[in-house]
Amino acid sequence: MPKIHSYNFGLPLAEPEIVEKETDILIVGGGMAACGAAVEAVRWAKPHGLRILLCDKAAMERSGAVAMGLSAINTYIGENKPDDYVRMVRCDLMGIIREDLSFDVGRHVDDTVHAFEDWGLPIWKQDPNTGKTLDGAEAKARGLTLKGGAKPVRSGRWQIMINGESYKVIVAEAAKNALASYDKAEIIERCFIVRPLLDANEKNRCAGAVGFSVRENKIFIIKANATLLSPGGAVNIYRPRSIDEGKGRTWYPVWNPGSGYAMCAMSGAKLVLMENRFVPARFKDGYGPVGAWFLLFKARATNAFDEDYVAKHKDELKKFAPYSEASVVGTCLRNHAMLIEMKEGRGPIFMHTEWALQEAEKTMDKKEFKHLIAEAWEDFLDMCVGQAGLWACLNIEPEKKPSEIMPTEPYFLGSHAGCAGAWCAGPNEDWVPAEYKKPWEGMHYNRMTTVKGLFCAGDTVGACGHKFSSGSHVEGRIAAKSMVQFCLDNKDYKPAISESAEELKKEVYGPWYRFEQFKNATTAYEVNPNYLIPRHIQARLMKLMDEYVAGTSTYYITNNIMLQRGLELLRMLKEDMELAAARDLHELMRAWENRHRVWTAEAHLLHILFRDDSRYPGYYYKAENMQNDDANWRCFTLSRWNPETKQWELETYPYVQIIPDPLGP
Amino acid sequence: MPTYVNPEKCDGCKGGDRTVCMYICPNDLMILDPEAMRAYNQEPDQCWECYSCVKSCPQGAISVRHYADFAPLHGTCQPMRGTTDIMWTIKFRNGVVVRFKFPIRTTPEGSADPTLGGKEPDPAKLSTNQLFTQAVDGVEPKKPEAVLNKVFPCSDKKMTI
Repeated sequence: MPKIHSYNFGLPLAEPEIVEKETDILIVGGGMAACGAAVEAVRWAKPHGLRILLCDKAAMERSGAVAMGLSAINTYIGENKPDDYVRMVRCDLMGIIREDLSFDVGRHVDDTVHAFEDWGLPIWKQDPNTGKTLDGAEAKARGLTLKGGAKPVRSGRWQIMINGESYKVIVAEAAKNALASYDKAEIIERCFIVRPLLDANEKNRCAGAVGFSVRENKIFIIKANATLLSPGGAVNIYRPRSIDEGKGRTWYPVWNPGSGYAMCAMSGAKLVLMENRFVPARFKDGYGPVGAWFLLFKARATNAFDEDYVAKHKDELKKFAPYSEASVVGTCLRNHAMLIEMKEGRGPIFMHTEWALQEAEKTMDKKEFKHLIAEAWEDFLDMCVGQAGLWACLNIEPEKKPSEIMPTEPYFLGSHAGCAGAWCAGPNEDWVPAEYKKPWEGMHYNRMTTVKGLFCAGDTVGACGHKFSSGSHVEGRIAAKSMVQFCLDNKDYKPAISESAEELKKEVYGPWYRFEQFKNATTAYEVNPNYLIPRHIQARLMKLMDEYVAGTSTYYITNNIMLQRGLELLRMLKEDMELAAARDLHELMRAWENRHRVWTAEAHLLHILFRDDSRYPGYYYKAENMQNDDANWRCFTLSRWNPETKQWELETYPYVQIIPDPLGP
Repeated sequence: MPTYVNPEKCDGCKGGDRTVCMYICPNDLMILDPEAMRAYNQEPDQCWECYSCVKSCPQGAISVRHYADFAPLHGTCQPMRGTTDIMWTIKFRNGVVVRFKFPIRTTPEGSADPTLGGKEPDPAKLSTNQLFTQAVDGVEPKKPEAVLNKVFPCSDKKMTI
């Protein structure tokens, strides 16, 4: 074997076959939102014979953020009111959300959770006689269902515990069964949609999307009347705390590169609150969930000297009133208090699992305590096995030893405790204020972006956080129903695209053509003056975002001059990204993922630059103004990349409080 | 590695239509070497340790050696996933072993009914705000108890860049 030009090739690239398709409804993604969309779309599309096509980059059974499973459903309204759900979301997200969108999720979400239970998801219940916990299988065996009025086990006011190892398997099965039962529906797995297609004749109109198979050399040119972007959030944009093989252990799923944000931007759709990011404080390195530890097991987190850092900084947090004064202190503000301790040298921060479990042991018999320990492990094993593995590697038995927690690198998401995403229409009902209807005058379809025919759900919808898995699924359902109506109202529409199939092929497979053209300019493929491989582009992006745009290495602080400098470097990277080379199908996927990351990063940087206050202390700070400025900046920030001028246009937009005070529930 | 394949157990899914780990990996990492008839992880530093391949490998050939950046050697979590339960064996670095069994689903595989009872919604309800289940059951979605609709003042800043 020659040593030069050696490379461990994945599936080989070759001249691709062009596959052209036409559909009424195109669903991009296969996660919770996309599965919800599939289930709902089929029911309403069938009577009208509308065609549905779903493209998933992976295999639906284990794709998206819930691929590994979950130990809780974080949004179940139950005995609460959707009005209070909206209060909780707006308080946690520092007072700026689209309350019409959140209310819409809150009033529908339980319906979707009941569907999960019907499909086979085990949901914990309280034993009606003893009040003790029954796991989902025991509960089912006793005929206890949510719909039948049984009480779930709440870990917090909005969260319910599940045995969720197969959560995604079950939800995907229902979606696949829905599509399989309808002769005008189709699924293409391992099809990575890389950019939207704009209509050649009608301005600001989405005409479908283009993508490619990561299994065989095929590109898909898909014309669609209505396109749903539901491909998940954005990960590995910032340099992670673990830079070698541990960089795979991201908190949010490592395969989500911001495709939804990027594709909205590319099509000229408006984005909202892209300055928002999520910096979860999680078990250090393994990034295991903390929610059940805080809420269910009542564990306390302290600095190195056993001090409760949130209580300690109560006065400091008052600077961020009213958000600090609600019944639950906002997530970013708890980070803010933790960061003070870390910066002042009082780390590490510990989650005292041992105190919590020892306390619980006092009131339990041996069997009950054993069960509690199993529940603690299940919390990780259902959704973050790597953390359980790390405990095993570090000899940590949670009843004996505390574990470190730490804020992670930043992530972007619209469904968890964040609200970056597209500016979308909400329900068109009488209680919705004019400000939330005006942008969609004459074309008001729930969850449609500002581009006609382009819809969003899940992580891609902005200003509507805290949906989590169940809320994303129901939002997919809401969007799908609205898309059916849209297709019927626009049934004479004939998608026309300006690029030829040949041009699209050259563009999508560009990184491979570049590799073939230049590969012999060097004896080692990785170092070549004519191109960069995707790994290089990602590394440069992560470094510059970390150093200039408030990453972990500056304790999440930046300023306008750093941002301007970062933008200069980012734009050079955006030029270099056009020179990416791909040696196999897997690298071609990475090349396109990185384009999505760079677009997402650009939007984020510009939004931080545009907003003058530090809206989310603990997530990021602008040194010019480390506080909230509610008098001027309790408002939305909107951005639009103008496809004609190729410039970004940013503006403010007023926030309207729909649900009366109190601020939080 | 994070996931790694035991070459003595892996049979490349016998060259069948579907190499299971390759089919299931959400991040397109597991791949079959058709000459060696063994699978491998083609980009270990992008492995989430989601265990999708570990759980589904018919030969039990895939394990995880946890992230070298921060995990000392010799701790392992190995699952056995059945149709209704999953069994986990956790081995600590110091030799301690614990085992857990959890339910994973309460219905037979493949049985999830997307219609939730077989009734179709009235197509005329398309223009309402009811999801199909609510249309079938006649459930009216809620409206806010009270509506304030207070417009907050905001900066009039604009920027083109």
